[in-house]
Amino acid sequence: MDFIVCLKQIVDLQQVRIKKDTREAVLEGLPFVFSDLDMNALEAAVGIREKDGGKVVALCIGNAKLKDTIKDALARGADEAVLIIDPAFDNLDPRGKAEVLATSIRKMGHYDAIFMGEGSSDSYSGQTCGRLAALLDIPEISYVSKLEFTNGTAKATRSMDDCYEVVESSLPTMLTFTSEINSPRIPSLMQIVKAGKKPIQLWNNVDLNVPADKLAKEVELVSNLAPVEQRKMLIFEGEAKDVAVSVVDSLIKEGVLGR
Amino acid sequence: MSGILMFSDKDQVAYELLSKGREIKAALWNPRKQHTPKGSRGLPLAAVILGKGARERATEYFTYGAEDVYISEADAFNVFYADVYADAICQIAETYGFHIVVIGSTRRGKDLAGRVAQKMEAGCATDIIGIDLKDKDVMLHRYMLGGNTVTTELIKTPNKVFACMPKTFALGEKQPADVNKIIEPDLKLKDSKYTLVERKEKVGESVNLEDAQTLVCVGRGLDKKEDISIIEDLAKALKGEIGCTRPLSHEIRWLPEDREVGLSGKKCKPNLCFSVGISGQIQHTVGIRDSRIIVAINKDKNAPIFKIADYGIVGNLYEVIPKIIEEIGKL
Repeated sequence: MDFIVCLKQIVDLQQVRIKKDTREAVLEGLPFVFSDLDMNALEAAVGIREKDGGKVVALCIGNAKLKDTIKDALARGADEAVLIIDPAFDNLDPRGKAEVLATSIRKMGHYDAIFMGEGSSDSYSGQTCGRLAALLDIPEISYVSKLEFTNGTAKATRSMDDCYEVVESSLPTMLTFTSEINSPRIPSLMQIVKAGKKPIQLWNNVDLNVPADKLAKEVELVSNLAPVEQRKMLIFEGEAKDVAVSVVDSLIKEGVLGR
Repeated sequence: MSGILMFSDKDQVAYELLSKGREIKAALWNPRKQHTPKGSRGLPLAAVILGKGARERATEYFTYGAEDVYISEADAFNVFYADVYADAICQIAETYGFHIVVIGSTRRGKDLAGRVAQKMEAGCATDIIGIDLKDKDVMLHRYMLGGNTVTTELIKTPNKVFACMPKTFALGEKQPADVNKIIEPDLKLKDSKYTLVERKEKVGESVNLEDAQTLVCVGRGLDKKEDISIIEDLAKALKGEIGCTRPLSHEIRWLPEDREVGLSGKKCKPNLCFSVGISGQIQHTVGIRDSRIIVAINKDKNAPIFKIADYGIVGNLYEVIPKIIEEIGKL
């Protein structure tokens, strides 16, 4: 089966630092990685490909560094990659992203399923998948925690807030994943070396021709700052018993622990 | 005509949205200053209820401020198919001219938000954690950069979709609106593009961490799985629920996944939160940041968790916790 895995390029969030005076996040010079749940989606696709055959194509929108970032996805088992790099696609809203992805996917030709995380680690908006499924007019099965394909049908378990739903859909279909689906592999040295030889296609908006009005920002980012923490930050050290007495006493005074 | 339309798969969340909806309406519509065309009601505040029992459920919606409630008890809504529900909400919004759709940002709600927004050609924000009203602008707040920052956003399109996190807004006073009208719209529904085969409850656990008044969160500072019992003892003494960091629920799996607290798990607002053996990565602390009081126990005095704690205990959790339980026992 032929799978397309959409991977979002984001800054490594573990390395984000906050400027003390302005509360702005410092992003300059940070390395780029792929969003966590997208890596679960990739692992799911590669796992099925290894069993049943077929092809896994990684599809990503990103900046010039994407040629580097993509190596990780290729090492983890994607067979090839389509990279969409164009300054016109910087800072797209979910709508713009869905338009670019939909145009790319139509150009890529045949596929059985589109895989992605149910949300991205940086913004966790979870809109792109639903918008993309609507644009392509295909089914969307979200929050997948288990998946199998039989006789041209996708059978998936969805992890909802209070229940699991086992659902079926015809192909092609779109699937979004929670982390319950698997634990992404760590690539071996050999896989990393081989990744460099896998085919990569580079497209920009000359190839895709997405109209500017479909890319226009719908949501204005007025500000983006670290929240102000207003905590007492009282520290207790020393004998366990003394500390326990002091803290329990404080909590009673706070009214959060009752007699 | 325009108006505000609310929907949530959880009634409780719909009441919260309606409560805030009254404020949004008041900010966007001032009948003394704005001309209300004859026969028009200005900016209606309405809600959608789909599925069996919708008519009955509408009563409570009215008491939280819904003026009109659009209902359908059609069989098509017996199963929550996101595509069918989204279609229905879009048809109601379009037919009756609603330009703002407010959805509860549950898993099902987020499923709807992107679809509804795409069909309505609306800008959309999900997982909203706060709304400020500034003049006639609705300023939205949400976490960004994995919880490192909080944004202020403004949707610029004429149609807008807001998906707000459960418990973001306090319930307003029960105060029936002047108008209480049930409307049964004529919906043209297609079958879902997928089929439900089976529904299984998440067994064993019916944890509702979001509602817990007291929460004990545990992380990798715990030595071994059996030691969860010491956390259970503390939770029992405090009459609280147990939550954990992502590594505990998803990597070493000492606790079930629905106990994960953080950006990709539950976001809790307890009165009291005990954080035990947790370093304080932002991906987790986002889930406890709204606690009234945070107590942190960690042996590393440089752990970032102490920066967001009211009471920080630098020490060995295996020594400190039994003493705390002992002290609580004396109360």
